[in-house]
Amino acid sequence: MVEIRFHGRGGQGTVMATILLAKAFFRDGYQVQSFPLFGVERRGAPVEAYLRLDQTEILIRTNVYTPDHVVVLDQTLLESIDVTVGLKKSGWILINRPSPPANLDSFSDYRLAVVDATHIALKNRLGTRTQPIVNTAVMGSLARVLGIPSMGAISEAIREEIPRQPKANIKAAETAYKEVQMLEVVER
Amino acid sequence: MRQVLEGSHAVSEAVRLARAQVISAYPITPQTHIVEQLSEYCANGTLDARFLRVESEHSALAALIGAASSGVRTFTATSSQGLALMHELLHWASGARLPIVMAEVNRAMAPGWNIWADQTDSLAQRDTGWIQLYCENGQEVLDTTIQAFRLAEWVNLPVMVNLDAFFLSHTYEPVDVPDQKSVDRFLPPYKPRFQLDLANPCAFNQLAPPNIYMEMRHNIQMAMDEALTFLEQMEEEFESILGRRHGAVEAIQCDDAEIILITSGTVTSTSRQVVAELREKGEKVGLLKIKLFRPFPVNMLRERTASASKVAVIDRNFSFGASGIFAQEVKAALCNFPGHPPVYSYIAGLGGRDITMEVIENIYWLTKKSTAPENESSWVGLREVDHAVGQS
Repeated sequence: MVEIRFHGRGGQGTVMATILLAKAFFRDGYQVQSFPLFGVERRGAPVEAYLRLDQTEILIRTNVYTPDHVVVLDQTLLESIDVTVGLKKSGWILINRPSPPANLDSFSDYRLAVVDATHIALKNRLGTRTQPIVNTAVMGSLARVLGIPSMGAISEAIREEIPRQPKANIKAAETAYKEVQMLEVVER
Repeated sequence: MRQVLEGSHAVSEAVRLARAQVISAYPITPQTHIVEQLSEYCANGTLDARFLRVESEHSALAALIGAASSGVRTFTATSSQGLALMHELLHWASGARLPIVMAEVNRAMAPGWNIWADQTDSLAQRDTGWIQLYCENGQEVLDTTIQAFRLAEWVNLPVMVNLDAFFLSHTYEPVDVPDQKSVDRFLPPYKPRFQLDLANPCAFNQLAPPNIYMEMRHNIQMAMDEALTFLEQMEEEFESILGRRHGAVEAIQCDDAEIILITSGTVTSTSRQVVAELREKGEKVGLLKIKLFRPFPVNMLRERTASASKVAVIDRNFSFGASGIFAQEVKAALCNFPGHPPVYSYIAGLGGRDITMEVIENIYWLTKKSTAPENESSWVGLREVDHAVGQS
């Protein structure tokens, strides 16, 4: 089983990203389960959501404590939250930011990937200038980092679930798929 | 067709497929997604039903009591404080023998204000004459909601379908949504045995003096007994059309089990995994899922636990001054059964605290090590708190 934890802020589409990814993975033949950290969501407040995938039926119905990978939709969260809590060694940390941070100390033992999802979202006019919706770009970059699910499945999930601007969202996912930068295991 | 569906929407899809005719509800977290989707279906014509927005949960049920009395298929959904506000009318719905179906998202009672999973809300309504069913995953929620209408209409009693807040209501997972034709075969249109009818005027729910009231109560109990029998027949029919059955109880590896864990709701699903892993280590453990709480399946419980040396009930609920509520029911079911296993009662996961695999495994080991139950209930994973009240 693979467990992925998503950190974002209310309004970025974090929970929607896990739902769309669940649908995309399901299309590709995986068993899936996705859910938000059960709280009282507000715009701008930290949000957590989870995705489980497996080849067989998923029975466990608890929160995710030791994720295989972590996705961060808003890099300012790194200042207030330790996104590596419980993260398994050599798991991916995918962060929405223009370039890798200068100081990689806090990411040792993990693999780091960065994608400028905010820039991609703005270019595709997703959300507003102050509130870009970055989730579909992040989905595309995650598909590249993990090698799954297929971009075809992601496009289909977007087309089915997002009634507004499906084309721009698919374009954002495809651009992010190409542009994500992957660093191997970060060493101290 | 199998699709990735939220637990709440599994309820909505089932109500759509059941062709409910009147839906009345008042929003409350974490139930809101259920009626949100249904109101959309009513607005866009997907479901030919009247959706009534009301000013409180009390009114939501009152409206359905009126609607059901006129002989239509009715549905509502609520949670926690909302269910508590319905209390008076819960009695009314069963006493009037109305087959109303309700989805109840199990959420903790306030204060402290808490929107998370806890079964005390619905279990506190156990004596209101509603049939109560507890589900463990999205598929069971969908199937059970469809079945609830059939069951309710067969015995003329209201049915409450319970699902854990968030762990089920807000979780997306693959669910098979059957086609309308198959559901229509299983669930024909509602034919009321009695109804408000202009052509045949009559009055319902009039004064019932001592010479008839007791018989009316006994009739409700007879309907509960009938529900136990009918559930099995109904599930057979459901299985023949839709290929699935869930059971009033389900025994998993209980035949040779020395210790049987007894669970309800989503804890069952996680416990399946725990039991499988403990079995791999050679532990003789079984799992008994209780889905049907009212009527309580006493005989099934006796049979399935007969050969165990201990049973351990995990309750995500509590009756103050007593113990876990499922544990009470299990003890009551077994007490007149000679040689029954001792019943251990564990309280876990109140107010949405996670019941992890470690918690469940710990309960197993605690039970195995113990020679006899020491407390009415043992609280698992309690933090150090200041318990002093009135002791300065």
